[in-house]
Amino acid sequence: MATPLKRVRGLGTARHGTETFWRQRITAVANVPLVIFLVLSIVSHIGASYGEVKAYLANPVVAVLMLALILSAAIHMRIGLREIIEDYVHGEGCKIASLMLVTFFAAIVGLASILAIVKISLGS
Amino acid sequence: MTKKLEVERPLSPHLQIYRPMLTMMMSIAHRISGASLAVGFALLTWWLVAISLGPEAYATVEAFFASLVGRALLFLFTWALIHHMLGGIRHLIWDTGAALDKTSIEVAAWLTILSSTVITILIWVAGYALQGGQ
Repeated sequence: MATPLKRVRGLGTARHGTETFWRQRITAVANVPLVIFLVLSIVSHIGASYGEVKAYLANPVVAVLMLALILSAAIHMRIGLREIIEDYVHGEGCKIASLMLVTFFAAIVGLASILAIVKISLGS
Repeated sequence: MTKKLEVERPLSPHLQIYRPMLTMMMSIAHRISGASLAVGFALLTWWLVAISLGPEAYATVEAFFASLVGRALLFLFTWALIHHMLGGIRHLIWDTGAALDKTSIEVAAWLTILSSTVITILIWVAGYALQGGQ
């Protein structure tokens, strides 16, 4: 029989405890100012030329904030999409495949965005 | 054996039993907006990659975003983003244990719907104003 203490030490069935819950909250809090920053960035550059947009993104402060947004949003997205799949996809094979797909998707869009921002920052 | 148990096990009332409630719809809307933002993320990635590739690639993305379909998609993503953000702030407040009584939940739901719609429209009005009404 598992005592409450034993359960706490084992950190539950998934052995991760509340790590995912906590990570979802941390990224949620980070996303709020970062998303406002993204919206302001886009709205203020409507109709701007290619050069202007590129120069804006090459600014180190802008680049770091964009990188932070990409990282935080990708982690947050992965957790949220997995939660939806875990709730609605019941076939074991289909579930595992979807969960993997979500991780790959988050990694691909995250990495591609990061590479793009780094490339723009280095001006190559 | 497992099958038999599954059949005979009493089931709790499921989704279709309940009369749709605002808070229930808000919960679903939070998930739908969140899931749709995954597509929005892909569009953001496309935009960033295009900028890193050069003026020609950027022109293609710009043309898509300027099209009617592009604009409609961006409007919906703006709304999903703001709705999900405000809904998320609501969840963060609930995480502290505050505002969980029936009245507060209803008020928060309406506030989220109204403010997300108003903010989305304001963002687009600002966008069109800055663009010079094109």
